[in-house]
Amino acid sequence: MDNADLKIISACVRKDIIKMLGLSGSGHPGGSLSSVELLVSLYFKHLKFNPKKPFDPSRDYFVLSKGHVCPVLYAVLAQLECIDADELCTLRQAGSRLQGHPAKDKELPGIEISTGSLGYGLSIGVGIAAGVKQLKKENRVFVLMGDGEQQEGSVWEAAMSAAHLKLDNLCAIIDDNSLQIDGQTQDIMNIAPLAEKYASFGWHTIEIDGHNLDEISAAYAQAETVKGKPSAIIAKTVKGKGVSFMENQSSWHGKAPSKEQVEQAIQEIDAAVK
Amino acid sequence: MTEIYGKKATRYGFGDALVELGEKDDKIFVLGADTAASVSIDGFQKKFPDRFINVGIAETNLIGVAAGLAVAGFTPFAATYGVFASGRPWEQIRTTVCYSNLNVKIGGSHSGLMVGPDGATHQALEEIAIMRCLPKMTLIVPCDYIETKKATAACAYIDGPVYIRYGRETVPIITKDDSPFEIGKADILRDGKDIAIMACGTMVYEAQMAADILAKEGIKARVINIHTIKPIDEKVIIDAAKDCGAIVTAEEHQIFAGFGSAVAEVIVRNYPVPMEFVGVNDRFGESGQPYDLIEKFGLKDVNIAQAAKKAMRRKGS
Repeated sequence: MDNADLKIISACVRKDIIKMLGLSGSGHPGGSLSSVELLVSLYFKHLKFNPKKPFDPSRDYFVLSKGHVCPVLYAVLAQLECIDADELCTLRQAGSRLQGHPAKDKELPGIEISTGSLGYGLSIGVGIAAGVKQLKKENRVFVLMGDGEQQEGSVWEAAMSAAHLKLDNLCAIIDDNSLQIDGQTQDIMNIAPLAEKYASFGWHTIEIDGHNLDEISAAYAQAETVKGKPSAIIAKTVKGKGVSFMENQSSWHGKAPSKEQVEQAIQEIDAAVK
Repeated sequence: MTEIYGKKATRYGFGDALVELGEKDDKIFVLGADTAASVSIDGFQKKFPDRFINVGIAETNLIGVAAGLAVAGFTPFAATYGVFASGRPWEQIRTTVCYSNLNVKIGGSHSGLMVGPDGATHQALEEIAIMRCLPKMTLIVPCDYIETKKATAACAYIDGPVYIRYGRETVPIITKDDSPFEIGKADILRDGKDIAIMACGTMVYEAQMAADILAKEGIKARVINIHTIKPIDEKVIIDAAKDCGAIVTAEEHQIFAGFGSAVAEVIVRNYPVPMEFVGVNDRFGESGQPYDLIEKFGLKDVNIAQAAKKAMRRKGS
């Protein structure tokens, strides 16, 4: 699939995120929008994933550690026809499989495990990757985290163990949009330099522009060639990417757009791909 | 009279069962956190090194990695000292393991005051409270080596998360290989209709001894080993309330929100009768020899017998 197609899919995913959140009246647009290209490239080009058999034993695994951005994952799963597009309208409603944070017990295809409490996903990825290796299977494991999430100590327990266990089938993706709820990550609790931190923990690191589809795809491909150590892709992104009034605003971390804002956002997203 | 068939720490029951499980089932995976020998998982580690991970002193990662292994299709057993197995990674157990209903089995060793000289930091007295409040969790507190071995083997083949609370200290073996054990089914060790003594873990032995003391005074106690605290055997508890009219619970654990509270929840909803609670009364443990501490904290057979008589005096009041 070429970049032109992926750009169109990304725009569709962005519009679905905005529409979903507008309907639900709550949710997390900022981090959902910053992760769009990272997930679209992963799911449409790299992840071994059959939407018709989402839990096939031969699949690659994806863990959404920053569970609050599940609208982007739900939208990608809808694009893959893994779930019905109409179901997106049920986000955060009583009885919906599309919970406010991904829920394993709702049996939504493509959700490996419940997430949403930050700092847990990398450990889960380590466990899956170690298990897959023990079974001598070739499958890969991807974990998407946020930059603010790197403040959780459990991330570094997991990072230490992934390198110690030489889990070269594990790829961490850090959506580094530089913002968290209370403001700039560097002001709240600085996590920089992130690449150096992961490197010093024994990881292979790749720094990219997290909206550049060529760089993203090259990073996933490079991570696959690295042997003997896990890879961390540190993707510089823009929180709220694609919607002018949301970009780089921490106030849009966890707030739904109004009806007018939904319309404006969709116009902007459409205009960008024309 | 209470019969004893030897003495052995319950932790060896956990470890021995894991080795047997590992031999017959290649999906069994064991994880430790720098305490492999002291929580008795080193036998499995030596025999099946490719199905063992030591995460080091990192208990949140211990549970997270176990969860991942469950996603990959394994049945992981993660074990360390009870304080660190239940408390430190409590939210991982809640949100990652229980909410996803994963097949993760947690071994919480070094439970209770009998940890002894290490003192309060290492004496787990709260795990029953913080594990039994979790949806999907099965909680087992076996009474001796043999029962711990049976519980460990059995929990590998029930669906979903399990916490097994066991101990480090050498304690009497009071069950036999052919004693009944089924998860969720309480075991009536002796019958009586004057008072029901319900106990779990190490307190089952003290409960039996208490029944001996009471018998000398002509009081016939029904002694019930409630090894599975969640799901709890409501029928056996309600029957005992109806037949005996008074209940004493005994646990090497905080009284607040513990085993006795679990029994009380059944009683008050179904058939209220006077109850007394023997356990640790809202305080931390301390250093000392295991049985000196049991005596100091009032968890001996005599304390249970006293509580039994107190509950009996309240009948019909």
